[in-house]
Amino acid sequence: MTHDRPRVGPLAATTERASRLDVDALLDDPGTGIVVCCGSGGVGKTTTSAALALRAAERGRRVVVLTIDPARRLAQSLGIEDLDNTPRPVAGVGPGSLDAMMLDMKRTFDEVVLSQASPDKARAILDNPFYIALSSSFSGTQEYMAMEKLGQIHRQAQAEGTYDLIVVDTPPSRSALDFLDAPERLSSFLDGRFIRLLLAPAKGPARFMTAGLGLVTTALTKILGAQVLRDMQTFVAAFDTLFGGFRQRAQRTFSLLQAPGTAFLVIAAPEPDALREAAYFVERLTEDEMPLAGLVVNRASPAARTDLSADEAIAAADRLARTSPGSTTSGLLRLHADRMRILQREARLRERWATAHPDVATTVVPALATDVHDLEGLRRIGSLLAGESAG
Amino acid sequence: MSPNHGAGHGAAHAGGRGDWPEVDLHVVSGKGGTGKSTVAAALALALASTGQNVLLCEVEGRQGIARMFDVEPLPYEERRIARGLPLGHVAPGAVHALHVDAESALLEYLAMYYKLGRAGRALDRFGVIDFATTIAPGVRDVLLTGKVYEAVQRNARNKSAMVYDAVVLDAPPTGRITQFLNVNDELAGLAKVGPIKSQADTVMTLFRSPRTVVHLVTVLEEMPVQETVDGIAHLREARLPVGGVVVNMVRPRDLGPADLEAARTGTLDREALASDLSRAGVEVTHELVDSLLEEARDHAERRALEDSQRTVVEALGVPSYELPRLPDGIDLGGLYELAARMREQGLA
Repeated sequence: MTHDRPRVGPLAATTERASRLDVDALLDDPGTGIVVCCGSGGVGKTTTSAALALRAAERGRRVVVLTIDPARRLAQSLGIEDLDNTPRPVAGVGPGSLDAMMLDMKRTFDEVVLSQASPDKARAILDNPFYIALSSSFSGTQEYMAMEKLGQIHRQAQAEGTYDLIVVDTPPSRSALDFLDAPERLSSFLDGRFIRLLLAPAKGPARFMTAGLGLVTTALTKILGAQVLRDMQTFVAAFDTLFGGFRQRAQRTFSLLQAPGTAFLVIAAPEPDALREAAYFVERLTEDEMPLAGLVVNRASPAARTDLSADEAIAAADRLARTSPGSTTSGLLRLHADRMRILQREARLRERWATAHPDVATTVVPALATDVHDLEGLRRIGSLLAGESAG
Repeated sequence: MSPNHGAGHGAAHAGGRGDWPEVDLHVVSGKGGTGKSTVAAALALALASTGQNVLLCEVEGRQGIARMFDVEPLPYEERRIARGLPLGHVAPGAVHALHVDAESALLEYLAMYYKLGRAGRALDRFGVIDFATTIAPGVRDVLLTGKVYEAVQRNARNKSAMVYDAVVLDAPPTGRITQFLNVNDELAGLAKVGPIKSQADTVMTLFRSPRTVVHLVTVLEEMPVQETVDGIAHLREARLPVGGVVVNMVRPRDLGPADLEAARTGTLDREALASDLSRAGVEVTHELVDSLLEEARDHAERRALEDSQRTVVEALGVPSYELPRLPDGIDLGGLYELAARMREQGLA
């Protein structure tokens, strides 16, 4: 049989050391309940999440995709441009179904407060200046709320049988690790020493205050001003009863992520920074015993169909340019040399990564010449993710 | 390259200070994946090539500067890492780098303004430092921008510190840049009065002055260009000064318009190509000819996308600058190459 012959030339050199990630097997497995797409900013997480969700739905799953900050035209094509924090069905998808939603961080936070506190208390919290700033700031809140929303949708799906697969996009953080770290940071703050310190003047008699505490309060007043400190104290006092709840919820979502029904996909681009982030993330997932399904390398340069090397192409282009300057053929050879150099660099980067992480299954998605902003484009990405050639 | 210079900006001349002679703080932002850190680093080198002493700051904890310049990870301390290109008669200035982290910035701030040695440690013990730098809304950004402000506006409190002609900030991405620089708004409603509020006000005054510009890095694709358009609108709304648009990773220009059109429509002359190839001493196979034609078509599609997006960028009415995609990736040599392109086009 001829097709068993090993490939030769530069094509063979780009063969992955790691095994191929079987995206369809992952999506078809009824045991897969949650797919989390993570990675550094600008590697195509949102598009990948949407493409995976669509592919799963068209292979028969009942899917909801939770996106964080989709490009406007992608959001339009999914019908989720108006943020209302509720999954909306996407038309024209079958035999399964696809719902999509865009996370509204502040609204999610408000909903948690409303569901946990009495109406009066909830009002006091929602109106507090410190709460307003906290719930709409980016530092950690978005990550926490993405986890919170995932937990909510999962509970709802369990109770009502609405969905059998949840695909989650993660916030565009400084680092992919923020997604895992932020919730813990927020909840450890919420029941940490600092909170007790803020509550101390309101609750305990002053004599329990140590010298250290006095120093801290004085310093805070100096730096933040008395008004900010007062707002924080009021907020903390009102929020006090909810803290336990918050911590519990964060822990529940954390263990949900560790459960076997969850699959993490690390998304990267064939660039040193993105692959380095991906490596950190893989190590972290392993440490936290989170189920890693594999690596998706987006935006790979499309392969060439010839093994003419960059150097040979440049040499030939130079020879041609001597006799006929500005010839079309020498232009084509220079373009080919440029492409071969990029391919070589990308292949080397991926090989290095695979050598360091031999057990991480990988799929490589070639860059498309144009942008993706409709279902048809998402379908194309989906088939490329699954290893089918571009249609 | 076809830089589109907006009104009021002259062309570069050797030893001159480019299109932004009044600027002390160059903020560089861009969508993730467009190469904003690369552009910030190259801009620092380009400015140093005009003889200026430059500080390059990063605030996102990634140690990207250390990797690009191939030096040890940077501490919270200004380190000399490179010098500009020696161009003509101008003696190049030096590039220093600073990795700003919020925690060190807070402790330094406390020590500098409040002489809080012991209390600073107590704050740390009670988790206040951690709170202020990670959870407290807006405080983190006030600290990071505050340190950048201090580097631009050196005063007597920081006696032994180096004074720079220009500071380049590798800033958070486009989606967050206005919020990051608009520290005032972030704190509004939280701190209406008090020292932290007045600190934010002082920083804002610099950011809104003609001494600051925000450059946005993009590539010629729909999403990043749209984000650039939105980013500029947000910056203007917040009355923050918009600088230039730096178009990065532009594809090579080895084919002229007629060839591009032929490549797109599949009418490139196969026979002529084959005979040229054999004349150039290349062994001609069907695969080779097919591959070259297919590559030409991909390239032509890409160039068409770039052209349509370039029109959008030009309509923004701000100066734009174009940098080539370097096939071998970015190393120190690549940074110098990009710096030279910036000088040619007058970004520095």
